[in-house]
Amino acid sequence: MNPFDVFSDWFMRLWHIPAVAWLSQLVLGLQNGAFYAMLSLGLAVIFGMLNIINFAHGALFMMGAFVTWMLANYIGIGYFPALILAPLIVAAFGLVLERTLISRLYGLDHLYGLLLTFGLALIIEGLFRNTYGSSGLPYSPPGALQGATNLGFMYMPNYRGWVVFVALVVCLATWFLIEKTSLGATLRAATENAALVRAFGVNVPRLITLTYAGGVGLAALAGVLAAPIYSVNPNMGSQVINTVFAVVVIGGMGSILGSVITGFMLGVIEGLTKVALPQFSGAVVFAFMIVVLLVQPRGLFGKAA
Amino acid sequence: MSGISLADAHAVRTGRSGFSRPQLIGIAVMTALVAAAPFLLYPVFVMNVLCSALFACAFNLMIGYVGLLSFGHAAFFGMGAYLSAYAAKNWGFDAELSILLGGAVGGVLGLILGSIAIRRQGIYFAMITLALGELVYFACVQLPFTGGEDGIQQVPRPPLFYAIDLNNDLAMYFVVAAVFLGGFLLIHRIVHSPFGQVLKSIRENEPRATSLGYRTNDYKVIAFTLSAALAGIAGGTKALVFGIATLTDVSSGTSGQVVLMSLLGGLGTIFGPAMGALVVKAMENYLAPFGAWVTVTQGAIFVICVLAFRRGIIGELGAALRLPL
Repeated sequence: MNPFDVFSDWFMRLWHIPAVAWLSQLVLGLQNGAFYAMLSLGLAVIFGMLNIINFAHGALFMMGAFVTWMLANYIGIGYFPALILAPLIVAAFGLVLERTLISRLYGLDHLYGLLLTFGLALIIEGLFRNTYGSSGLPYSPPGALQGATNLGFMYMPNYRGWVVFVALVVCLATWFLIEKTSLGATLRAATENAALVRAFGVNVPRLITLTYAGGVGLAALAGVLAAPIYSVNPNMGSQVINTVFAVVVIGGMGSILGSVITGFMLGVIEGLTKVALPQFSGAVVFAFMIVVLLVQPRGLFGKAA
Repeated sequence: MSGISLADAHAVRTGRSGFSRPQLIGIAVMTALVAAAPFLLYPVFVMNVLCSALFACAFNLMIGYVGLLSFGHAAFFGMGAYLSAYAAKNWGFDAELSILLGGAVGGVLGLILGSIAIRRQGIYFAMITLALGELVYFACVQLPFTGGEDGIQQVPRPPLFYAIDLNNDLAMYFVVAAVFLGGFLLIHRIVHSPFGQVLKSIRENEPRATSLGYRTNDYKVIAFTLSAALAGIAGGTKALVFGIATLTDVSSGTSGQVVLMSLLGGLGTIFGPAMGALVVKAMENYLAPFGAWVTVTQGAIFVICVLAFRRGIIGELGAALRLPL
């Protein structure tokens, strides 16, 4: 077959895919995009304040899912309380990490922060793999979110809608907190010039610790949302985080809304690729990253490099 | 990159070879150890160490001398391994051609991916190389010639120069030792050439290097290509030693491991990456029965290195002896 035939075959096949297939992948893409958005938002918030890229982000996302599973199986706490509790627990863990380990690296080259958090990710994942194995633990969504709703043109699984809804609310709340409140103004000022903000009497180290804990909490919340979808397993973080790094490169870490939009957009692009070119769906985000780097190296929403 | 503390930062008098006297002694000791090792240890284990050591030295060329951390170097190592294995098995290439093909593939891939990755710096460079490495991994899962999950197995060890049989482990060992020492000396030659001096100036102060008229991006791409080619040679050699090339060789786990070797041995030192490779591979060997504890231990070493001894084993040794090793 010559290339034109291959292309026209593919195009005809595309033409015959029913609209429902496109729509259901669109919803699935939005759901994955919700995870990308929450994770890349957390990375961007942490990077803005600490100037490190948190390679442990995927492991902390996985911890969020595991804590949810533990709360349910060890002390019988259900999904909705876990939605608040698990991120708080993991954020407290992040707080300890920042105070005891990460804070020792400020002022050094940021590659050291990357290497340290990479090591932490290996430790956390290894410990969970030792205790729970790699096969994955089941966690069912609460009754209220099970089933599907008939939208007229398609059935939408309720849980997918819930994930997208929660992610949107959380992302907008984070944006509001950082851009519209006085705490956020202090935070942004400290990002620009920490020494000056300190001179005004603001406890900047505490602000940094809380920012790290906040970013970690976002990752853990994403983990809670992911628990009923993916089987809870120690590898779930490292699987998603590589894609999230590509998302961060594409969006640039300069803007909150930029991270959110990029996350959702790439989830959708990936979902639609699953319909059009299934074998490339795993690679499309990385391919998109290459295109962005060639056309606009600083990223879609990034400040000048 | 000025914040990164590197062991070779102080200027040293070197002879015509580019080595200082302590370094020459170090190389003599290392060569003697490499020559004696197969009679003292299991040769296949030492070959594994030497392949990893060359890989780590190649990686160190980027992080140690250009100051760029590549988190996707397994792409070059793994593709080198695949191509060498494929050529030896299906095309009947002999050993030196298979290994050189692995290096060529690594180099070409390095040229392509390097030109993309150097468009950003610092941590973005690390994330981009990680993502590109992941892309290569996906490609290897999909492409038919890699054999997917099975990899390329049962690769016969081809003869050297169509004459010398390498099925004897000791014969193979000396080929691997020659490849390692050759690569090691080549890297040293690169680092101490005028080209290498420009690389170091880019690491120390890129705007100033630019203002002196150097096209710094070209230098970075060339260094990346050389590093990738050597990583490909290391991968190709490993594929011939074990007769197998699998997805593990291109996985991000392998990329992380080479970072660990260089950090543990000493970033920017001459002997550090090889020392790091020895320790990491020995640990992997002895801890293998304990499953995921290997990962935990490796993570702990990362944390300890970064917090307590950022110069690594050889870097700290060199600092204690006041010698650049």
